Amino acid sequence: MIWNERIECMSREEMRALQSEKLIDLVNRVYNNVDFYRRKMDEIGIKPSDIQSIDDIIKLPFTYKSDLRDHYPFGMFAVPMQKIVRLHASSGTTGKPTTVGYTHNDIANWGEALARCLTMAGISSHDVMQVSYGYGLFTGGLGVHYGAETVGCTVIPISGGNTRRQLQLMSDFGSTVLACTPSYALHLADALSENGYSLRDMKLQIGVFGAEPWTENMRLELEKKWGIKAFDIYGLSEIMGPGVANDCEFHAGLHVNEDHFFPEIVHPNTKTPLSDGEEGELVFTTLTKEGIPLLRYNTRDLSILNHKKCACGRTTVRMNKITGRSDDMLIIRGVNLFPSQIEHVLLEMGETSAHYLLLVDKENNLDTLELEVELDESKMVDTIKDLQMLSRKIENAMNSAIGLSVKVTLVEPKTIARSEGKAIRVIDNRKLRN
Amino acid sequence: MTIRQLSVFLENKTGHLNQILSVLAKNNINIVALTVADSSDYGIMRAIVSDPEKAMKVLRTEQFTVRVHNIFSLEMDAAPGSMSHILDLFTSADICIEYVYAFSFGGKSILMIRTENSENATEIIKANKLKTISEEEIKY
Repeated sequence: MIWNERIECMSREEMRALQSEKLIDLVNRVYNNVDFYRRKMDEIGIKPSDIQSIDDIIKLPFTYKSDLRDHYPFGMFAVPMQKIVRLHASSGTTGKPTTVGYTHNDIANWGEALARCLTMAGISSHDVMQVSYGYGLFTGGLGVHYGAETVGCTVIPISGGNTRRQLQLMSDFGSTVLACTPSYALHLADALSENGYSLRDMKLQIGVFGAEPWTENMRLELEKKWGIKAFDIYGLSEIMGPGVANDCEFHAGLHVNEDHFFPEIVHPNTKTPLSDGEEGELVFTTLTKEGIPLLRYNTRDLSILNHKKCACGRTTVRMNKITGRSDDMLIIRGVNLFPSQIEHVLLEMGETSAHYLLLVDKENNLDTLELEVELDESKMVDTIKDLQMLSRKIENAMNSAIGLSVKVTLVEPKTIARSEGKAIRVIDNRKLRN
Repeated sequence: MTIRQLSVFLENKTGHLNQILSVLAKNNINIVALTVADSSDYGIMRAIVSDPEKAMKVLRTEQFTVRVHNIFSLEMDAAPGSMSHILDLFTSADICIEYVYAFSFGGKSILMIRTENSENATEIIKANKLKTISEEEIKY
């Protein structure tokens, strides 16, 4: 099944014409409504009238996450707040979150984009979908939720966590689709027997997994463990949330909803556009977005594009599964984390030195964070209780700042390796499962 | 009334305690009393030594995290119930005890006691005329 055959199977020429029309409209909107873009375009001497087709997109300036942070909270919005019907936010690099706003049309387009993704995964109105992505400021839960309602699924908005209840409702309500991070899906599978369930108690047929990088082998493992078909859904809150792209039953790259989110691949250093088959930074322009439209937003995700028609019949451009990032961002249980956020919290607390080492690992398929912090000699105490209070205080501060639980271990001053040049702040022992 | 105590941060690593002890030995510092508080992640070595000033200096030079704290030091009668009697006095004054340890020196039984509220503890010690020990009394 194809949700929107007209768009998803359009000829390349028709798609480019459609994209050109939308880009011209977009550039006019941002130039007239967003100071940031008017200044940026004026600086490089580009007027909206210089943009005549989608090919002219390379004349436009890039947007980076730091731009969103610098214009926190609403400086990049292109419409008055009365037109904004929803806000989402992700944790930011220096304590300030990145805010995104959606108009009614944005929410509808998001639902449409997701409906295409879910249909691509074989999901229809006959399905019961358990949405185990986090609901709230994170775009995962509500994003998939609206898409599933657009398709007409029966949605179980259970959100993340509480493994026992996840399995109970999956069994009692007969969920046929599970939407969550791949690592949580694996965790749930491994928790079946210890909670007294087997696959026979479940009706699960399809998994829509995303919000973190995962390999093809992990997909096959999930299919085997659950006896399902597993699909990769891609997205990021800056662009929209989940639903930017999804893979079809041929699993030969993720079909990008390119009439809404125009993708480019650029060289990580020179930022020059690269051709199909060449790996580089994935860049998106939000062709239709009204609330917070972005020109050439650099995701820092590394991928490859392929414009050939897919065996499924869709003509939309496909992006390879994300292979990594060109910056130091970590994805922990679906949450974006920059090491600089850790440093920021430590400096703000001022109770320890700002020297730390973040150890990332996997336990029962769930990401774990351990933070080694150097004790400040002036804060040395003579009771274990006071040391534990200090650890707990740091743990609480981390939890509220980055939304992740962290185990803090105090270590002696000057024991964390100082290196010449770039300090090693993170040891990621998670291996993408092969 | 108090004796200076070294408190040294101990990472939970094999041989760590001995590294500290060997620094003290190398510098000819005598250990009069020693106790280790441990948790699953780390510990604290508490020690009464012959020269706390020097001990702190040499340990810092060797990159250990060390501080000196003044801890109440009381002399106990060498008789059953004498420690219990002292603790009773603190308990009835509602003073919480963080930790205690005892050792003997030159025939004296010495109780080191760290309380939550040291002002109140000082009052209790004075009011009950408890026998205290000074640093001079534990010198060879």
